[in-house]
Amino acid sequence: MNHWIVAPIVLPAILAPFIIMVLRFHLDLQRIFSVAGVVALIGIALTITAQAAGGDIQVYELGNWPAPFGIVLVLDRLSAMMVLLTALLALPIVLYAIASGWDDRGKHFHALFHFQLMGVCGAFLTGDAFNLFVFFEVLLIASYGLMTHGGGAVRLKAGVQYVAYNLLGSTLFLFALGTLYAVTGTLNMADLAVRVAELPADDTALLRVGAVLLLLVFCIKAAVLPLHFWLPASYASAPMPVAALFAIMTKVGAYSILRMYTLGFGPEVEATQGLVGAWLQPAALVTLAVGAIGILGTQHIARMVAFCAITSMGTLLIAISLFTETATAAALYYVYHSTLATALMFLVADLVMERRGGAIAPTAPMPQTGLISALFFVGAIALAGMPPLSGFVGKLLVLDAARDAPDANAIWAVILIGSFVTIVGLARAGSLIFWKSHDAQHNTEMDPENEKETPPAPAPEPNPGLAFTAVCAMAIGLVLLTLFAGPTLEYTNKTAEQLFTPENYIAAVLGGDT
Amino acid sequence: MEALVASAVGVMTAAGIFLILRRRTFPVILGLSLLTYAVNVFLFATGRLALDAPAVLNKYKEVPYTDPLPQALVLTAIVISFGMTAVIVMIALSAYLSSKDDHIDMNAHDSVDAPGEDA
Repeated sequence: MNHWIVAPIVLPAILAPFIIMVLRFHLDLQRIFSVAGVVALIGIALTITAQAAGGDIQVYELGNWPAPFGIVLVLDRLSAMMVLLTALLALPIVLYAIASGWDDRGKHFHALFHFQLMGVCGAFLTGDAFNLFVFFEVLLIASYGLMTHGGGAVRLKAGVQYVAYNLLGSTLFLFALGTLYAVTGTLNMADLAVRVAELPADDTALLRVGAVLLLLVFCIKAAVLPLHFWLPASYASAPMPVAALFAIMTKVGAYSILRMYTLGFGPEVEATQGLVGAWLQPAALVTLAVGAIGILGTQHIARMVAFCAITSMGTLLIAISLFTETATAAALYYVYHSTLATALMFLVADLVMERRGGAIAPTAPMPQTGLISALFFVGAIALAGMPPLSGFVGKLLVLDAARDAPDANAIWAVILIGSFVTIVGLARAGSLIFWKSHDAQHNTEMDPENEKETPPAPAPEPNPGLAFTAVCAMAIGLVLLTLFAGPTLEYTNKTAEQLFTPENYIAAVLGGDT
Repeated sequence: MEALVASAVGVMTAAGIFLILRRRTFPVILGLSLLTYAVNVFLFATGRLALDAPAVLNKYKEVPYTDPLPQALVLTAIVISFGMTAVIVMIALSAYLSSKDDHIDMNAHDSVDAPGEDA
């Protein structure tokens, strides 16, 4: 067995308790170990991605129990690329959290951060539906701690809502899994696929209920309308570096939809044929539209970025809901882009909020306004999907993949108009925050009482150099994703091809039994 | 027995949903607990209901047995929901102590008042 597969889960699982128990009073050591852990995670993720790129599906049997009796981890191209994305996203965020001093505003930031990474990597790697639930809980428990990190009345109230909503989601997840188990007698995803295909046609009512309940759960995670209500308040109230990390959490929902509904309830399965796409696609279209309107209407930069996250989930799920190979390849490229772009914008929002508060209204100019506005500009171009950055490539791919779909007109209209509204909303926010501030300065200079020159205010971060390096690293990641769109797309094409031939996955997991 | 278990799950779910739609945190947490009880009973029943049957196979003679997997699932679910309830009680308590208000909804003041800034 290839032990690299379990390493992305074991490494944070050991590092996080180590940080809590041994390093709890040594912030400097916590920071060193945390960064070293994330760098090691990137190394592991690169290794397993290189192993998966060949196209072999590798299985790791936990405790050496063969599937379907034991829990298996499965490494294929999709899970490898998602683990790599998690690791790559984590490094700039942890550097930014250190540089901005966010990790010092409460306890156990680094430990919770690594528990969160463990849950996310585990959810991407597992091949067992109940184990997926467990890893969802691991990442959620860590996210509750991270979301309320630093405290404060507003953040804690938003935290209660967030926890309550997600507990409800977990309960629904258990109902869905129970229903599926009652029908098929298994929770191993590959075995589930075999049993679902064998089920007699008259006996599938309960199975369809289970499939739709499961879709609801994943839609809650992915913040699909009308189940998105938890997202704006909790992302906007969370510490911004944490919100940037949460950009991967909505993608866990999207990943689970892609995994379950290509493998277990694939397009060929008669019982659930067309069921998922038919529900998901209109919901995704409305999600995109409402997200765009939210960007236009909000008065706070953090809420604006939260709505940007919702629009990008809308675009992503439109591509996923088509359930074709080209659309899935486009969706996977868009996953990389939207995660990095959303995280970049959350970090830029933190830079702005630390200096002048988050209101989208003119105020006195802030320190480093030039650099921050440049980064905002990069992030806005990427999120709105304008050339030359990867958002444009991603949206072009999605539009191209939707060309032959039955509802192509609706999809094109919603994506294009949504992008336009997003551009208007981001331009409005950018000009109010960065340009109008100079007018505000002029007005105060006219005032004779304010003639005295004030020295430029210092940056609020303890280490502004590192903070800007981290944010710039995220922007450079987007540029690289654009430059290497060809190789990336080649990989995602092969990933989609692998996803739509689930026979190989099933054969790899169940081995000689079939 | 099936009717009894099914109606128990149904009543607990209905009561839980009613309670989580309340406006204060205490009934909402009670509702979440009721829902987790409901789902635990439901999970238990997914392995089919059997009376007086052990959850192990007997290789010496044919005796009725019950499916052991749902019992393991229920155990996991109980542990997780128990921990989660403790977490939400603690967060709700600190939210109440810091804002002197145990409403679950954010009032207009909260959302305009620069979320994300330390109070």
